[in-house]
Amino acid sequence: MKMKRIKGGEEDGNGSSSESSPEACKKVRTQTSEESEEEEEEEEASETPESDWVRLPQELLLHVFQYLPLLDRAYASQVCRRWNQAFHMPELWRYFEFELNQPASSYLKATHPDLIKQIITRHSNHLQYVSFKVDSSTESAEAACNILSQLVNCSLKTLGLISTARPSFMEVPKSHFISALTVVFVNSKSLSSLKIDDTPVDDPSLKVLVANNRDTLKLLKMSSCPHVSPAGILCVADQCYGLRELALNYHLLSDELLLALSSEKHVHLEHLRIDVVSENPGQHFHTIKKTSWDAMVRHSPKFNLVMYFFLYEDEFGPFFNEEVPVTHLYFGRSVSKEVLGRVGLHCPRLVELVVCANGLRPLDEELIRIAKRCTQLSAIGLGECEVSCSAFVEFVKLCGRRLSQLSIMEEVLIPDHKYSLDEIHWEVSKHLGRVWFPDMMPTW
Amino acid sequence: MVHTCVHWFRKGLRLHDNPALMAALRDCQELYPVFILDPHLHNDTCVGINRWRFLVGALRDLDCSLRKLNSRLFVVRGKPEEVFPELFDKWKVTKLTYEYDTEPYSLSRDQTVTTLAKEHRVEVLYKISHTLYDIDRMIEENNGKAPLTYNRMRAIVKTLGPPKKPIPAPTMEDMKDVKTPCSENHEQKYEMPTLGELGHDTAALGEEQFPGGEQESLRRLDEHMKRTGWVCGFEKPQTSPNSLSPSTTVLSPYVTFGCLSARTFWWRLAEVYQGKKHSDPPVSLHGQLLWREFFYTASVGIPNFNKMEGNPVCTQVDWDTNPEYLAAWREARTGFPFIDAIMTQLRQEGWIHHLARHAVACFLTRGDLWISWEEGQKVFEELLLDGDWALNAGNWQWLSASAFFHQFFRVYSPVAFGKKTDKNGDYIKKYLPLLKKLPAEYIYEPWKAPRSVQQAAGCIVGKDYPHPIAQHEVISKKNIQRMKLAYAKKSTDAAGSPSKKKSVKRSAPSVVDMLRKKDRGK
Repeated sequence: MKMKRIKGGEEDGNGSSSESSPEACKKVRTQTSEESEEEEEEEEASETPESDWVRLPQELLLHVFQYLPLLDRAYASQVCRRWNQAFHMPELWRYFEFELNQPASSYLKATHPDLIKQIITRHSNHLQYVSFKVDSSTESAEAACNILSQLVNCSLKTLGLISTARPSFMEVPKSHFISALTVVFVNSKSLSSLKIDDTPVDDPSLKVLVANNRDTLKLLKMSSCPHVSPAGILCVADQCYGLRELALNYHLLSDELLLALSSEKHVHLEHLRIDVVSENPGQHFHTIKKTSWDAMVRHSPKFNLVMYFFLYEDEFGPFFNEEVPVTHLYFGRSVSKEVLGRVGLHCPRLVELVVCANGLRPLDEELIRIAKRCTQLSAIGLGECEVSCSAFVEFVKLCGRRLSQLSIMEEVLIPDHKYSLDEIHWEVSKHLGRVWFPDMMPTW
Repeated sequence: MVHTCVHWFRKGLRLHDNPALMAALRDCQELYPVFILDPHLHNDTCVGINRWRFLVGALRDLDCSLRKLNSRLFVVRGKPEEVFPELFDKWKVTKLTYEYDTEPYSLSRDQTVTTLAKEHRVEVLYKISHTLYDIDRMIEENNGKAPLTYNRMRAIVKTLGPPKKPIPAPTMEDMKDVKTPCSENHEQKYEMPTLGELGHDTAALGEEQFPGGEQESLRRLDEHMKRTGWVCGFEKPQTSPNSLSPSTTVLSPYVTFGCLSARTFWWRLAEVYQGKKHSDPPVSLHGQLLWREFFYTASVGIPNFNKMEGNPVCTQVDWDTNPEYLAAWREARTGFPFIDAIMTQLRQEGWIHHLARHAVACFLTRGDLWISWEEGQKVFEELLLDGDWALNAGNWQWLSASAFFHQFFRVYSPVAFGKKTDKNGDYIKKYLPLLKKLPAEYIYEPWKAPRSVQQAAGCIVGKDYPHPIAQHEVISKKNIQRMKLAYAKKSTDAAGSPSKKKSVKRSAPSVVDMLRKKDRGK
């Protein structure tokens, strides 16, 4: 079941105790009161179609309500007592996404404060899958924390804190955030999935998380959480043996962490995502031992290692000097020819490669080496790069039909004596076994 | 039978290659060339001052050309559905001609007018000459769907053959039996619009860079065709977004308003290409016209083409609503000089190079500000001289990676992109003079300049010029994730769920539909 969200600004799901109901509701109520009178008469008289509504079992009503967006459900809840009861059934309140926006920055989609109040008073113990989507303002993030603090009766299975525009949770006073978050950690005791990227979560709060949810935690996403240390995340890996998905920044990665994730008691890891981000040029990054990566691969031979690099060109020194089991590799900023050469040498498990920008020297040898040695490669995307047409054809020939995704901007391909742009699309299509064209930008 | 005919100018503001006008002249004794100032289209929200000035110029030019043929232009104000019945009666009209337009508003307006015409026993005739090809035919050739890739469209165009050749403008010979009854107070009743008529602040007008009108368009066409070497080597992406004067033809506004016929342009190019080595579509000048055709076809074949919601090819993305960001972008105060200079040129002149459009469109949407492309579309519609419903919608979706294009990791850097073609930032200095004393090293990123440098240049970031509205490095990283999520959601939504909105099914045309289309008078 998907999470429901309120559209528009009017949420009047206040049940029977609403004071300010919109026009539509009033109309519906008067209609219904007429209807129910008729119904009573008809029930006494003979069987007619109108009376079937009353006989509709609550489970079917529930099923229908699940198809309605929240606002429509709220209107429906004001039709009669039975429908109001259905509206408040626990099953409809398992999922909720709180959208918190300030009128100044986003005047449309926000969860109505009255609805929030109602959820906290009537439904907090029904909530299981909850997320908070906040805009760029600190007030929204604080509001999210306030709600979190009140979810004492909640036994959440999933929790997501999503800051859409800016890391607004980072602006909330740290103690306020931590105390709100730990309310959930302590009370839930069955957290399975936790997404807390861009938040001020710290080592002590991770300890609380682990103490209360170690048996159930399967997914943890905490990219860009600057207050966590390698020791903090190691504590999670050491005790949450069911952890299958983990996302964090490179500075938290350590040999110990990888070994902990590969320990016998640990389940197979499915997905590890690492963001390697440099805030200022000249940053220094530590290295991970090959033996640690080897242990990971031995323990979880099918796991995906996703690495996002946002580094300046001269910061790649510590990387790709030895074999690394990366499967999805993404270079968000400019990356040099030399580094791409090393990728070809040391990334045998590579499945997907995206290069946003490289420079104006052709990547011919590097691509061919990648084709030869990354035998699992099935997707590649090249942005601001250059490749000669002949080398590109050679690359595609070597990869063959395993290339299911080939996203190359037209301006990447440099025509040479062997191939022009028109000819290349034929050659490539031939080797791929399907019609292929480079991506283009329209001339506006 | 002899006719009293109204030829209705909407787009197609020209006399050359105007088959509908020629059809009006057949068996005609009285001709009324009419332009309707429709409050729905011509108001100060939809039309910026530059666009308005261009239109006024084009109408004056049209009137001038008609006078040479002993005719005049009648500018009528009001809603077409209210204006026409009056005119039909007053002038005793028996025939109405117009150039076919595919925009949704045009189609519904023309439908209404056709019904009214029938009630007044007026014969209605339209011709296709705004696009190279008959768009509906193009869609038929592609099994009832609009092609979603440029290359697919090129393949269809190959099967259709070259576009029809343009026809010449009417001559005095064609007009010899035709009269345009003109009263003495023609100027009062059907006067040319004034610059201030829509309520714009005319004091804000800059110098006119691109005067509207058919004569001007043909003159520009001649001038550019003379540079044959340039034309043959033309490759649009190699031209510069920030050269000080336009590095492309800037014939687009004339094609948009119909002052220049697309077919005329096409065939003049063909003449020049003949026998000479030339660049190929999509980057060649022929390619430009085919791109226009591509988006027109998409706009007809895809429902709700100018919106995200209800548009079956458009990725549904959770764009942010952020009036502050949008205003900063629109008003050229994002703190990124390259972006702000482009938006300044746009507002002042009504034209920016297409790579400049890419840069600001990417910046507003998936690159940095994460605001819906529909907002950008509105701003361009108002300010761009060549703002065209179909092209605007199509290009915005393309640049925001919402449709047609999916390489969302290819983001234009608001700092690096402009530097490639203009290291010194001369373009920035021209349109943002307050930055002109900044050294080249900092002109694209003034916030990095040391305080002393800023002071020496008389431009303090945060005081004289805004701080950058977003940290490009940080936010583009986040946005790529959001885009990835939107794409992932696209494939899971397709799997179906109870709360999914009903998707729009594009059905194959029925035999009846196809027969009806073929019946349409051409």
